[in-house]
Amino acid sequence: MDDNRIEEREEIERISGVDVRKCMRCGKCTATCPCYDEMEYHPHQFVCMVEKDEIEPLLKSKSLYKCLSCFACVERCPRQVEPGKLVEAVRLMVIRQQGRNHLNPDMIVKKLDDRMPQQALVSALRKYSK
Amino acid sequence: MQRIGVFVCHCGTNISATVDVHKVAEILGRESSVVYSTDYQYMCSEAGQNIIQNAIRDRHLTGAVICSCSPRMHETTFRKTAARAGLNSFMVEIANIREQCSWIHKDKEDATQKAIAIGRAAIAKVLLNTPLVPGESPVTKRALVIGGGIAGIQAALDIAEAGFEVDIVESKPTIGGKMTQIDKTFPTLDCAACILTPKMVDCAQNEKIHIYSYSEVVKVKGFVGDFEVTIKKKARYVDENKCTGCGACIEKCPMKKVPDEFNLGLSNRHAIYIPFAQAIPKVATIDAMQCRMLTSGKCGICSKVCTAGAIDYKQKDQFIEQGYGAIVVATGFNPISLDKFDEFAYSQSKDVVSSLEFERLTNAAGPTNGVLLRPSDGKHPHTIVFVQCVGSRDTTCRGKEYCSKICCMYTAKHALLTREKYPDTEVYVFYIDVRTPGKGFDEFYRRAVEQYGVHYIKGMVGKVVPRSDGKLEVQASDLIMGEQLHIDADLVVLAAAMESDKSARPLATMLTASMDTNDFFTEAHPKLRPVESPTAGIFLAGACQGPKDIPETVAQAGAAASKVIGLLVKNTLKGNPCVAQSDELMCNGCSSCEKVCPYGAITYVDKEFKMPNRTIAIRRVAQVNPAVCQGCGACTVACPSGAMDLKGFSNKEILAEVDAICR
Repeated sequence: MDDNRIEEREEIERISGVDVRKCMRCGKCTATCPCYDEMEYHPHQFVCMVEKDEIEPLLKSKSLYKCLSCFACVERCPRQVEPGKLVEAVRLMVIRQQGRNHLNPDMIVKKLDDRMPQQALVSALRKYSK
Repeated sequence: MQRIGVFVCHCGTNISATVDVHKVAEILGRESSVVYSTDYQYMCSEAGQNIIQNAIRDRHLTGAVICSCSPRMHETTFRKTAARAGLNSFMVEIANIREQCSWIHKDKEDATQKAIAIGRAAIAKVLLNTPLVPGESPVTKRALVIGGGIAGIQAALDIAEAGFEVDIVESKPTIGGKMTQIDKTFPTLDCAACILTPKMVDCAQNEKIHIYSYSEVVKVKGFVGDFEVTIKKKARYVDENKCTGCGACIEKCPMKKVPDEFNLGLSNRHAIYIPFAQAIPKVATIDAMQCRMLTSGKCGICSKVCTAGAIDYKQKDQFIEQGYGAIVVATGFNPISLDKFDEFAYSQSKDVVSSLEFERLTNAAGPTNGVLLRPSDGKHPHTIVFVQCVGSRDTTCRGKEYCSKICCMYTAKHALLTREKYPDTEVYVFYIDVRTPGKGFDEFYRRAVEQYGVHYIKGMVGKVVPRSDGKLEVQASDLIMGEQLHIDADLVVLAAAMESDKSARPLATMLTASMDTNDFFTEAHPKLRPVESPTAGIFLAGACQGPKDIPETVAQAGAAASKVIGLLVKNTLKGNPCVAQSDELMCNGCSSCEKVCPYGAITYVDKEFKMPNRTIAIRRVAQVNPAVCQGCGACTVACPSGAMDLKGFSNKEILAEVDAICR
């Protein structure tokens, strides 16, 4: 169990290139996050929880798909921890598994409307499916 | 006819924002005897001082009143200004309209009225002032350093370097202090012994430095430049001049189970002992409470094995009297007792240790030869929990309200070194705040976290429960995750608050040096005179003034030494002319003043007085030694007949001030 958790952490660190130990718990990332109200786990919690190998709840969390990937947290972190990349890495851990795509091309039809730019569709597919 | 000048300072906006300075100058200018009145932005600046000097010369002033900041700040400045213009310095009065008026009031109208009243009082006083000339007293060119830790050692070396004799008085059998017990020093991790012991040797070899080890200061008389100090050399039952420090006596001593205070009781020593290998002086000391020969008269083995014939069971405490020009206080600190912190199970489990004990457990010269082992079973600990702020920032009776300052850094050091030496160990640090201001300090702490993987957790440990399987159950909070944690630890380390040494309070009484409520010595000015006590001739170095680390202590010791040198190079000191004097005709010889005088400046003499009808009466009257009197004024209050008066602060002058305010 423990070994599995550590492997998951190492995998996330490898994908994201984030060193969670660099975090000094200032909360700048969460303070700056535009999706705060939508998220169950906030950027600083991603960092803390990955450090403590508590990855399971993150993998199940809806927060993974609420993150805009705006990278404000990455831009403003005083210690260059890059929490946004960490969120992305956890999301990749999920969608890289068989049948875990968050968005499939056939789901798009329902979501189409006149105001949706083409580019949003492309990046959503990139972000939410493998 | 007196001619008084009034000078009102704006102090930028410090005074002028709340006091109408023009109005003050204008109204005080109308007082009788005032011939000149003005205001200026900064009276203490060169331009401001020129205004005062020119007015004194051009208007032939006989007295000056400066309405400005506290006399503690600039009285000396303005007295010198007056002297340069040919006016006696003691014909200058300061009306404090900043600290006692503008800073504490908001209403401009009221504050202005008050400033005028304060100014009027000063005018009333200066009208009664008489020119005073300070006397001179000689300077004894020798310094005393009380405490032989790193602060005392550095101060002594620096004073000796300038060519003055220095005596170090140390209560322990060796100099070196707390730094001798420390393994490595943050943030550079150089070995404490490697940088301290050469300095200890320098002290021993310097011919200007004399070390009184195992000694205490028991009496201090006199004043700056001329202190008379009595030093008690406690009997160590070993002749310091004969002992070679060979250690033969220690090997043979049958009393082997005495808790070793150098290792904080983590190991035992003999009744005759040398605290550690590099002790200075390297001379044995007999613990009189434990020695069989001294307690029951049956033993005497050490005396038989000593080839130098140094053992002397009949040695008595020796009292040495010595004169000094200046005294450096460097009495240092101790960790507080952890007896009252039961929740951490300090008294229940041997595996709950203080940080200084942990220091000994990791010290190459410590009880485990530097191998980190649990005190209970001698096994290697795998999970270590450090708890910060134990007793620091604690306003209850069991703690200290201040931050002990060094704990964050030494805990980071302990955690980092543990992870470096034993990578299989999990290290947790529970903190309220991590405070690491200092050169390379925050980088060091971050290195502990980022490179060495120490788990820093924001929150406190609630309780530690020793379990029967030897583990310590630690219950703590993680405030960032918002959860309670349970950790099974092998060792718990408590960063105990530091407190001033117990000897500091009685010493402060002897020196008439002031202390704060935490028994730390008070500095003359917290920013501008940080190494001087308000009592002239007393200087402060190290943790006796407040919690501080080694670099700060050494810096302060050097600064204190430079102040001492500045004092000792003078051949004479100008005294304070504001001393007490007794009116012999009014004195009734009651001795009240003699009893209250803290400096022993008052003596009584029998003196002949001419009486009516050509008779002569002999009366007992008080006499003040102006060289010893410090002008505290206690005698003037105690005198029932009003015979005792303080020059520069006479009863008449004070009452004139009161009258002026009430007018």
